[in-house]
Amino acid sequence: MTTHRTPHDAPAIEATGLTRTFRAKNATVTAVDGLDLTVRTGEMVAFLGPNGAGKSTTLRMLTTLLPPTSGAARIGGFDVAREGRRVRGVIGYVGQGNGAGHWHHGRDELVGQARAHGMTTAQARARVDELTDALELDGVLDRKVATLSGGQRRRLDVALGLMHAPDVLFLDEPSTGLDPQNRANMQEQIRRMHRDSGATVVLTTHYLEEADALAERVVVIDHGRVIADDSARALKSGLGDRVTLDVASGDAPAVAARLAALAGHAPERSRDGRTLHARVPDGRAHVARLLADLAADGIVADGVTVVAPTLDDVFLSLTGRSLRDGARAASGSSPRLEEVAA
Amino acid sequence: MTTPTIRVTARSTRHGRAGGRLPADITRVMVRELKPVLREPVSVFMAMVQPLVFLALFAPLLPDSGGGMSSLQWFVPGMVAMTALVGATITGSNLTEEITSGSHERLLVSPISRSALLIGRALKEIVPMLVQTLIIVALCAPFGFAVHPLGIVAGVVVLALFAVGVGSLSYALALAAEGQEWLFWTVQQTLLFPVLLLAGVLLPLDGAPRWLRWMSEANPLTHIVRAERALFDGRFPAVTVAWAVAAAAGVLVAGLAVGLRSMQSAGR
Repeated sequence: MTTHRTPHDAPAIEATGLTRTFRAKNATVTAVDGLDLTVRTGEMVAFLGPNGAGKSTTLRMLTTLLPPTSGAARIGGFDVAREGRRVRGVIGYVGQGNGAGHWHHGRDELVGQARAHGMTTAQARARVDELTDALELDGVLDRKVATLSGGQRRRLDVALGLMHAPDVLFLDEPSTGLDPQNRANMQEQIRRMHRDSGATVVLTTHYLEEADALAERVVVIDHGRVIADDSARALKSGLGDRVTLDVASGDAPAVAARLAALAGHAPERSRDGRTLHARVPDGRAHVARLLADLAADGIVADGVTVVAPTLDDVFLSLTGRSLRDGARAASGSSPRLEEVAA
Repeated sequence: MTTPTIRVTARSTRHGRAGGRLPADITRVMVRELKPVLREPVSVFMAMVQPLVFLALFAPLLPDSGGGMSSLQWFVPGMVAMTALVGATITGSNLTEEITSGSHERLLVSPISRSALLIGRALKEIVPMLVQTLIIVALCAPFGFAVHPLGIVAGVVVLALFAVGVGSLSYALALAAEGQEWLFWTVQQTLLFPVLLLAGVLLPLDGAPRWLRWMSEANPLTHIVRAERALFDGRFPAVTVAWAVAAAAGVLVAGLAVGLRSMQSAGR
């Protein structure tokens, strides 16, 4: 046993070289590959990445469900591999499944969870009342969990994770499987919980909007590695706005030259040569000037669009693949090689 | 209108005693397991369906043993043992379900010790087993089954050791099957009937060929059923009972060892 630990001075989460491999049919699959990460106390961080990127495996290691193959991680100063019990004392975990047993009543499960964390029954009951209000669990807790709707069960899952007011809360795809209305509610509840409790929150998601809306910090994970780590705004602003101009084909070379000057790279052209795209840093501010310059050259564009980048664009620019399934990833004939400004 | 806030009232108390005391953890797990049983007591009949069918349709075919003793006196203890065995072997299916749904994972991330998650579940088996035994005895008493309370108590104690051990094995199976129900049920069904038939719960193996008798003697349940028949009849033959206690204790120790190892290796 290590003595004189001062967990509360330690970062909420500290992972170095965290690695997990699985053996599958004579092949070794590396799910998490030397992941380094530090999360300060009180931060709200989203792990964003496609399915199979290693987000959940990372979470399972951080929550002591899976021992790392190599590397180390500490939660509040406690080592996940050697001090699992102490880690479990300070974290809350909302997994992808349902935390409450289907044959149980939500209230029993909530009180049991609190008791397991050393709260008295009276404290547990008071806490249940608080969470009933905050998570709209009225009329939900005294029924068999199997009879609840998906949204009700998910709110109960989150309540289970919050019962003991953990220092660090892990949420594995909290809103997956919810309809848009319930998803929006869930996000609002997570935001409020983070604001009011001051807990450190880590959530995984493959919903871009969710990462964008919730997290102060987005950690993009692909092939088990952190490939970007910044605020959503910073990640996107590095990319520039996507400026699209529709012009007469005769004007295209002149327009392309102007656009290239702004973007710092040659624009892409559509097959008919009449549509030009480029990522322009701070494009919204520059486009009026661009149009004025073109007008001075005697060129009038048929159409202009300026689209702010999304986190999907960030992911695309980092990996050449889209996070969204299907359409966009498939339609790009070749990976678009747009640089993220450094 | 005020927005409900999620305060942190629990924080100050949390660092007191978060899990870790084994007896308290075991009790907590056991109580959690019993809640659904208490809410829906009908569930104790699950393990009794087959034994009750045998009692109703098979027992009447048995010839009365000599001295005007009802054949039930011989048959009932076997059915009690069968009920205990069926109940304890199917109990892992609850865990299979909880592995699939995610609630087992939630418990693994709580401060409750891994050992308590297994022991608490296994000990819970005693409660339905007691209720089931009482139901069978109550149902058979009017039909000539002589009730010897002291013997029944002794018999139940032996069966409890056995049921907790078998229950642990059933949970180990559920953990090994990683929540795949078909795998759990295939193994459970494959093992259940040979163990039951070899123990002679339906027919005595006295006239069996030697190889079959050897297999029967190697079956812990055989020794338990033999002792249960004596005990339920109000007799306490020392050697028979000692063999049964040894067999039940052996199953208990082996079951807990395997079960605890499986549960410990579920994360760390």
